[in-house]
Amino acid sequence: MDKAKSMVDKKGASGPFHVNNGQSQKVFHSHVMVATNGSCCSSSSNAFGSSTVPSGSGTFENMHHLHRGDDAECSGSPAKRCRLRRRTESVRKHRPPFPWFGMDIGGTLVKLVYFEPVDITAEEEQEEVENLKSIRRYLTSNVAYGKTGVRDVHLELRNLTMCGRTGNLHFIRFPTQAMPRFIQMGRDKNFSSLHTTLCATGGGAYKFENEFRMMADLELLKLDELDCLIRGLLFVDRVGFNGHPECYYFQNPSDTQSCVKKPCTLDNPFPMLLVNIGSGVSILAVYSENNYKRVTGTSLGGGTFLGLCCLLTGCETFEEALEMASKGDSTNVDKLVKDIYGGDYERFGLQGSAVASSFGHMMSKEKRDSISKEDLARATLVTITNNIGSIARMCAVNEKIERVVFVGNFLRINTVSTKLLAYAMDYWSKGQLRALFLEHEGYFGAVGALMELLKTTEDP
Amino acid sequence: MAECGRVDSNTSHTMDKSITLPPDEIFRNLENAKRFAIDIGGSLTKLAYYSTVQHKVAKVRSFDHTAKAAAGDKLYEISMQEEVTARLHFIKFENAYIETCLDFIKDHLVNTETKVIKATGGGAHKFKELIERKLGLKVDKEDEMTCLIKGCNFVLKNIPHEAFVYAKHADSEFRFQTTNPDIFPYLLVNIGSGVSIVKVESEDKFERIGGSSIGGGTFWGLGALLTKTKRFDELLQLASKGQHASVDMLVKDIYGGSYGYLGLTGDLIASSFGKSATADKDFSKEDMAKSLLHMISNDIGQLACLYAKLHNLSRVYFGGFFIRGHPVTMHTITYSINFFTKGEVQALFLRHEGYLGTIGAFLKGAEEDNPNQYSWGENYAGSSGLMSVSPDMNPMQRARSGTFDMLEMDRLERQLVNLPLLQDPSSYIPDTVDLTEDALAREYWLYCFEEALDGVVKRAVASQPDMPEAALRAEKFRQKYRHKLQTLRQQPFAYGSLTVRSLLDTREHCLNEFNFPDPYSKIKQRENDIALKYYQKAVKSLDELSWEEKQFALVQGVLAGNVFDWGAKATDICIFFFIPLSERPWLVDSYDQWLERLKGPPHKCALFFVDNSGVDIILGVMPFVRELLSRGTEVVLASNSGPALNDVTNGELQILTERIAAMDPVIEAGLREDRLLLVQSGSSSPCLDLSRLDKVLAMVVRERQTDLVIIEGMGRAIHTNYYAMLSCESLKMAVIKNSWLADRLGGKLFSVVFKYEVPAGKPNKDCGAFSPS
Repeated sequence: MDKAKSMVDKKGASGPFHVNNGQSQKVFHSHVMVATNGSCCSSSSNAFGSSTVPSGSGTFENMHHLHRGDDAECSGSPAKRCRLRRRTESVRKHRPPFPWFGMDIGGTLVKLVYFEPVDITAEEEQEEVENLKSIRRYLTSNVAYGKTGVRDVHLELRNLTMCGRTGNLHFIRFPTQAMPRFIQMGRDKNFSSLHTTLCATGGGAYKFENEFRMMADLELLKLDELDCLIRGLLFVDRVGFNGHPECYYFQNPSDTQSCVKKPCTLDNPFPMLLVNIGSGVSILAVYSENNYKRVTGTSLGGGTFLGLCCLLTGCETFEEALEMASKGDSTNVDKLVKDIYGGDYERFGLQGSAVASSFGHMMSKEKRDSISKEDLARATLVTITNNIGSIARMCAVNEKIERVVFVGNFLRINTVSTKLLAYAMDYWSKGQLRALFLEHEGYFGAVGALMELLKTTEDP
Repeated sequence: MAECGRVDSNTSHTMDKSITLPPDEIFRNLENAKRFAIDIGGSLTKLAYYSTVQHKVAKVRSFDHTAKAAAGDKLYEISMQEEVTARLHFIKFENAYIETCLDFIKDHLVNTETKVIKATGGGAHKFKELIERKLGLKVDKEDEMTCLIKGCNFVLKNIPHEAFVYAKHADSEFRFQTTNPDIFPYLLVNIGSGVSIVKVESEDKFERIGGSSIGGGTFWGLGALLTKTKRFDELLQLASKGQHASVDMLVKDIYGGSYGYLGLTGDLIASSFGKSATADKDFSKEDMAKSLLHMISNDIGQLACLYAKLHNLSRVYFGGFFIRGHPVTMHTITYSINFFTKGEVQALFLRHEGYLGTIGAFLKGAEEDNPNQYSWGENYAGSSGLMSVSPDMNPMQRARSGTFDMLEMDRLERQLVNLPLLQDPSSYIPDTVDLTEDALAREYWLYCFEEALDGVVKRAVASQPDMPEAALRAEKFRQKYRHKLQTLRQQPFAYGSLTVRSLLDTREHCLNEFNFPDPYSKIKQRENDIALKYYQKAVKSLDELSWEEKQFALVQGVLAGNVFDWGAKATDICIFFFIPLSERPWLVDSYDQWLERLKGPPHKCALFFVDNSGVDIILGVMPFVRELLSRGTEVVLASNSGPALNDVTNGELQILTERIAAMDPVIEAGLREDRLLLVQSGSSSPCLDLSRLDKVLAMVVRERQTDLVIIEGMGRAIHTNYYAMLSCESLKMAVIKNSWLADRLGGKLFSVVFKYEVPAGKPNKDCGAFSPS
């Protein structure tokens, strides 16, 4: 551990959450016992260790209700807001202390959602410990953290009411590789003194559990990633995207000229096939919020795209890989049906333009020697995307589900893939299947984790 | 979305063009060749042709009774005759040899009737002009997938042990499947440069239900980019040495352990190549190749499972150049299928997968000959066997020496079908011990056959005293068979499951190959002659016994006759009935039940698979048959169609029975009244495969409502069929004349097996209700 620590120290400055170190540490210590919102939790592990997670869907409905009720008054005067707060005293009692985080530690990326309360009273502000303020300021005033942390400002959900409080939900991501530095920061900030619960999901919640405990004295509340994914997705879809629908699809997916993005709602979302494309891919059949099964998965996912692109083109980031792919032409790399049959393969009803063999042209040395990086990046993207589409389609048919929802960070800034998936679903199913996408692609797990935090503390 | 087995023509590699094997040993029988077909893939060419083979057969002919005195005391006349049979030749070689091969064919092709060559495969168009110029034949292209399916149906129907399951870590890597007579429906996953998934429902009905562009071409193309390795085989070689976990992101890399909630183990790949995106380091070629192989195999396996599930199919065969004899890919595909179906579906592979296209193209061209109405058998003597070329062992070496692989199929005179009395044809396995899996037994039997080789060679020479070149031919036979034994020592799976039967059959095929159709003909003739002289005496002494004594003596006669085998001397025959068989109870002894059964009503019809010539058939089997006939049971005597060791052939048995009928009114009446029938088994083996019997025999068995099957001798009742389950009563009788085998079965040399079985659910209700007649 010491070794790890020293490594972290050395790299500390370039970490994604580099906050002015020495100063705040002092502040942390001096306000140890004061809880921000008045509730008094003896320790985070006690508070949640014995709590049971309600499994009924009622909780969810309640929250939805709360949100809507509050929303109307949120825009009102500060006085009105005060009255509201008094009214919801009973709820507040069981509210978890700030800060509110939800975290999803994936194989490649860590997704963090942070709820920034905007209804803080003067009294509250006075009571607020310094390091909590500093966290809020740090997160909300920056859009980049260290070299690799990023806040997706365009995704921010504004004036959202959660658990009786109004605020903005921020969406932040950084590479999983930076986890040690993140934990180090938690230690340096004496995060444990805030008595907040860190709700975490994704594989990293398990992998880094010990490090959180040992290095930062933080106990994680580990949550299943699929539970969180579904809960978060349904929540964000319900609250909408700052007055717009969260969900969209492509109209005329089979025609590149007239293919357009159209917003829609998931009014009656079940059953749906949920395809989560992260580093790898999980495919779920979801019948209700709490009734779902993992149908299958594939290891050919976003990690494969980026990994292969790095090896093939020497690029280093997802953005770079996508940028190259957007300029490339995969037909210089892939062998099409027409490359083999001179046209359509009529015996089997295959169009000449269909890919017969991904990377098939690369069997030839001459073609390998003259191929561009952009073409290789494009072919990698198309190969991975088509494969996911193909497996998803088979699962949809096997499970008899017509609505296929694609999520995950692979789809971030990736219109090539979203359009290809929309096309593949439509074309191969002869219009039977519809591909749907969500604006907050990869953040649902983190949102789900945050909701778990709020849900557990609502219990009397 | 896929093509079958085609690869870019630019990738064919240059190598020296010398053929290391003499071409006349490769392109055999070209003189009468016709109906050519060719399948040109990315690196291999497969050629098919039909030809006729002239070979010697031993025929027996009864002497004219009036000329009997002139012929001395000989029972019948043996003559060697030329017979012409049909054979299919399939040859596989590297594309680099095409020109040399075409030249050779042109020079040796005498028959000029042929005008057209059927062609399939991606390379067909590239070489079209060359073929037309060299051979003067018109190239006629056939659809690849149609050829592939036709070929697949053909091998599944005609070649026993064609399909196998691959299990890398098992005692035997290849687990061959019994031939299910009903081959449809099945799924064929053809992994060429892309993947095609085809559902086959009948001979002519198939449909491409899906596919994927991630296939062999992806492995090759992407692999070449990542590792700078050009050749497909070398890529596989790299992959077999790599560690994928350094490139792939595993579940444990994300979770720190397993994902228990979903039951995903830590070693599962979460993201292929996931580590190459985040780690700043160089990856070894081996590791990247391995990761790529896993990625592609898993992906194909997953899709295959999804389609199998959707169409409710459990038989899934994999083929295409990605699979073709490569243990590495067979392993990864098998692993993937097991993972995705949790063992519900097995990945099946085919021994002659590489030939499917050319077989299909050939069949398309030969439709007027109606090849599907015949049964065909693999000629072990002329076929290279599985993994004759093992591409993974040493790709570099392979590039240097030209390797040719051959398959020969003989058209059988008769159509072969299942014995209708098999309890479950789909699970019937003729052979008692699978030497592919039993290493100890394999060692022993291979040694045994090698030891016996000198004797076989001597006998072969002796059988043709007036042919001076017989010694030379016999020597060639020795070399060929010894080579086969050596091959089988290295690759026991070369011709499907290795069994005592396949070793014996291979020997017969090799003997035939060098024109020793029946080395035992003279010995058989002499033995028959001697035994016949004692027939009446034997019958007389049997008739003097009490009913119960007689029944036992008859059984003892069959067993003792079987001990005699060949080489019995006349003097021994006097003591024939007094041969001290091992004391009862025998090693397997259900004689008491049999005796009880005999006290009951007679059987309707008995089918008797006979064994040796001489004492066995004449003094052992015939008196037994006589008794059955006397009881009112019809008897069908099934004997070999062609010679094998000293087994009595149908031709010989016809003559013998005639002669016995002349002495014995019971046999005479049986023949006259059509209650005693002699039919051929359709086989020329010392063993017995009840799933490949003459169609006529099967018909007779059904018509006569056969309710008893008797199988006699080691080859038919011990080496094979010991565990065969029949739907009627059965009697298996043999004396174990091999001490090793006796030991294995827990007995001693000359232990007796007398196994009388009544199928479950058919108790003999009348047992003991009737008193002896």
